[in-house]
Amino acid sequence: MSATVVLRHNKVDLALHRLRDGEGRPLLHLHGLGERSPERVPDHLEPWPGPVWALDFTGHGESTVPTGGGYYCELLMADADAALAHLGPSTVYGRGLGAYVALLVAGARPELVRGAILDDGPGLHGGGPEPAGVFVLPTPLPVTGPPDPYALLELGRDVRPPDYAATYARQAATLSGLDTAIAVVAVARPPWLEAVADEPGVRVVPRAACTEPFATV
Amino acid sequence: MTEAVPATEVVSYPGARPPDRRRTVVSHGIRLAVHEWGDPDAPPLMLVHGGFDFARTFDVFAPMLADAGWRVVAWDQRGHGDSDHAAMYSWEADLRDALAVIDSTTSEPVPVVGHSKGGSLMTQFAAALPHRLKALVNLDGLPHDRPMPDVPDRERTKLLAEELAGWLDFRRSTATRSRRPDTLDGLAERRAALNPRLPLDWLRYLVSVGARRDADGWRWKIDPSLRLGGFGPWRPQWAMTRLPSVAVPLLGVLGLQPETLGWATPPEAVEPWLPPTGRLVVYEDLGHFVHIEDPERIASLTLEFLDAVR
Repeated sequence: MSATVVLRHNKVDLALHRLRDGEGRPLLHLHGLGERSPERVPDHLEPWPGPVWALDFTGHGESTVPTGGGYYCELLMADADAALAHLGPSTVYGRGLGAYVALLVAGARPELVRGAILDDGPGLHGGGPEPAGVFVLPTPLPVTGPPDPYALLELGRDVRPPDYAATYARQAATLSGLDTAIAVVAVARPPWLEAVADEPGVRVVPRAACTEPFATV
Repeated sequence: MTEAVPATEVVSYPGARPPDRRRTVVSHGIRLAVHEWGDPDAPPLMLVHGGFDFARTFDVFAPMLADAGWRVVAWDQRGHGDSDHAAMYSWEADLRDALAVIDSTTSEPVPVVGHSKGGSLMTQFAAALPHRLKALVNLDGLPHDRPMPDVPDRERTKLLAEELAGWLDFRRSTATRSRRPDTLDGLAERRAALNPRLPLDWLRYLVSVGARRDADGWRWKIDPSLRLGGFGPWRPQWAMTRLPSVAVPLLGVLGLQPETLGWATPPEAVEPWLPPTGRLVVYEDLGHFVHIEDPERIASLTLEFLDAVR
C-alpha cells in the first residue's frame, strides 16, 4: 500500500509517493514528460534493497497544476531537491524528462544524490542543443490536466546544450566521491546524453541490472 | 502575513506623472496591470520594463512621449509591480504576456521600446512575430558573451557547486520567503546602490510606486520568489544572433557607465550584428538605466527615431 507525502515548493504542492517501505537508502523515481508516478515499483527497480519513493513533478500526477505555465527543467530539478530534502541521501532513477532532471540534481546536490540512473522515457530529447524556432502561443491552452499542457509545450522544447549537460555530469563525478556517479540505461542518445555518456564516472548499464552499481554504495 | 494598509505618503518628483488610465489584461490566467499615458486615440507605443523593475519606472519618461502625441502603454510583467505573482516565471511566459498585452492594445504593427531584459525580450518578439512590430528601441538590452574568469578547473568546480547549491537553497526558501520590510528612505538607499547617479528624490518616488506599505514597513511589490541573475543553459549569443534578422527600424542604445546590474556590452560587440535597418547610439556618461537616469535625453532620441515610422 502506498502513502503520499505533500511537499511545498514555492507556490506548488508536490506529491511524493512511497511505493515500498524498507530499510536503508531510498530510491527516488522521477517520471517522464506527461507521465505520473507509477502505482507500484517497476520490475527493473525491484532488486533495489531499500525503500522506493516516486515524485510527481509540478503540473503532473497529484501535484499542483499552476496557472500560466513558465516551466523549465531547472525548476523540476528544484522539485526533485524538495523530495531529497524530505528523504535525505538517495539514489535517483529518472525516465525521459526525469532522466535529464536526475542528471541536473546529481550535479547540483552531489552529496545528496548517491548515484543517478538515466533511462529512456517521454521527454528524453527536449528541444535540442540550441533554441530552434521561436513561437509565441497566441491563445491560452485549455487546461484539463494533469498533465498541464503548458508543461508538455515548454518542457518538450527546453534547450539542452551537450556541454551544459556534461558540466552537471562532471560536478556529480567530481564531488559525489562515487566511482560511478551516473548509470546510463537509455538506448536513445540525444546530444546531451551522448555528451554525458562520454564523461568519466558515467557507466552504461543494462536495465535489468541498473540499480546494482548503487545498491552497495 | 502582513496586512496592507493604505499608503498615506504621497511622494512627488518634478516631471513624474502617474498613468492616466489603468486596466487589467489576463494572460494565460495571470492578471497583468497595464498602465497608459496620453490621448487614448493617439497611435499606441509600447514600453517594456526590465527584470526587477516595474512599469511605473516610466513615470517621467512615458509622459514625455505621451505629450508628443503617443498613447503610451506599459505593463507590469508577471511577478512585478501590480501584476499577479505566478507560480513560475520564464522567458517564454513573458513573451506570451507581451503578446497578450499588445493584442489587447492594437492589431496593427506597433512601435516598442524595451529596456534591459525588456529590450532583449522584444528583440526575440521581433523575430517571432515580425508582423506585429513597427519599430524597436532596445535600451541597453543587448547581451554579449563575457569571458569566463581564468581559474583552474578545481576552483571552477567549487564556484559552480556553490552557484548550483545556492540556487536550490533559494528555491527551498521560496515557500516561506517574504521581502525585508524597511522605511521608504531605507528602500531608496538600497536602490541607490544600483542607481548610483539618481537623485534621492527620484529614488524615493520610485519606491513610493514600486513598493507597498505594510503594517511593518515598506516592501518592494516584486514576488520574493524571483531572484536576480540568470540560471540555466541560456547563452547571450542566442539573443545577439537574432538581431540581424530584425526587419523593422531598430535603435539600439548602450549606457557605458559600469554598474552592478549593467550588462557591460561594448559597442564593438553589437555593431557586427546590427541589421541594415539598425542604428546604435552610445552614451559614455549614462549607466544601464538610461531612461531613468536621463529621461529627457532618451525621450527626445526616441521621439526623433519614431518620427520616421509615424
